[in-house]
Amino acid sequence: MPFHPTHLNLPLTGAVLDGLRAGDSVELSGAVISFRDATAARLMRALEAGEPLPVSLKNEILYAVGPSPPKPGQIIGSAGPTTTARMARFLPTLFAAGVRAVIGKGELHGDEMTPFLTHGAVYFAAIGGLGALLAKQISSATVVGYDDLGPEALYALEITAFPAVVIIDRQGRNFHETARAHWKRR
Amino acid sequence: MIRDIDVSVLRDTVARLIVEANYNIPDDILQALRDAAVREESEIGRRTLEQLVRNYEIAAAERLPVCQDSGVAVVMLEVGQDVHWTGGSLQEAIFEGVREGTKTGYLRWSVTGDPTRMLKTAGGDAPAVIHTEIVPGSDVQITFASKGFGAENMSALKMFVPADGVPAITDFVLETVDRAGADACPPIIVGVGVGGTFETAALLAKKAVLRPINVRHPRADLCRLEGELLERVNDLGIGPQGLGGRITALGVNIEIYPTHIAGLPVAVNLGCHSTRRISTSL
Repeated sequence: MPFHPTHLNLPLTGAVLDGLRAGDSVELSGAVISFRDATAARLMRALEAGEPLPVSLKNEILYAVGPSPPKPGQIIGSAGPTTTARMARFLPTLFAAGVRAVIGKGELHGDEMTPFLTHGAVYFAAIGGLGALLAKQISSATVVGYDDLGPEALYALEITAFPAVVIIDRQGRNFHETARAHWKRR
Repeated sequence: MIRDIDVSVLRDTVARLIVEANYNIPDDILQALRDAAVREESEIGRRTLEQLVRNYEIAAAERLPVCQDSGVAVVMLEVGQDVHWTGGSLQEAIFEGVREGTKTGYLRWSVTGDPTRMLKTAGGDAPAVIHTEIVPGSDVQITFASKGFGAENMSALKMFVPADGVPAITDFVLETVDRAGADACPPIIVGVGVGGTFETAALLAKKAVLRPINVRHPRADLCRLEGELLERVNDLGIGPQGLGGRITALGVNIEIYPTHIAGLPVAVNLGCHSTRRISTSL
């Protein structure tokens, strides 16, 4: 059966977000902002202190990544997703600041899912350990803040046909949960 | 006969191993992923496995890190008791090799010097975890691993009692893998360490996760248990990247050591699909 992922241009409109279903395979193209443990903690501190952020999060999509350094001639080094759950506690604040969706890897359940539903945000999973391949779907990478954090700096990334799967949709479905239940042998 | 080895030889070897380990995953794992891409029943699972294989082919051909998480360098040394190290500190030579390879191989520096994060500035002063065993002879056997933390974070250890027995080992393995789900980057490798004291179990689990997945335990009953555990782990339905399917793990390896008559320590160390290891000898 031929494989046809849905192509989506970023930023995602409310109507597009409404139409996404858990389990949909997509290819994302457009601007995203990187975040990781230290980045998220610092963004949250700034938001709580009412300080300006290095970059606006309004309507943005966050990608959980801390890339390898680029080799000469590379735009970015290996750049696969990192585990989203480590940053779950920061998500309510980041969603309140305007973030519409998160790309990462791994599962989110229960309390980790709630802020997605409250804010109508969508969770996309990219494939963990696909670093070399996913670097080729990133057409530009610029540090826009927190450069002292090294690989955890805030990067503005331009992604092109970046493969991902919708995990948490706006209806509150969780694809990891349904897929695992479907394939489990009792 | 005492054999002198200059620590610079070890430094250069480590600098080479860390780069090779991060550009090329072991043949046994790559082959298992290729087989899995054919065997997997779930369509999204097959597609995921095909992409993983493609990633490893690209990384090898273009000499790129397979994953941005080049992890913590784990160096396991078996040192012959007739070896005499010259030319400086053994530990510093390993650290130097890790620093050098990380730089020349364009690997991400993934270690913080202060695990408590209380220090405002902390470099990676000890960028490798080193385990040394003294063995007869004058050879040095090195197993190098770059251990990513997606899977490491989902590992677990528990002190059972003798009456809990093998069912406790089985349940603990299944519970650990199930809780890890997609976060450990399946298909995973499951290392199970049983016995010794608290820390022995963890080290055994690390040795188990770093054993090639096509090498079974030499004891027939443990070999059978490895097979049973693999089947039951795969029955969990987690599948590649937790997207559902039959292939959750590529292998389950068990290592054991004698323990106290009152105890049954069990550790489960998980390895992601890119469990990077490489061995050589000096």
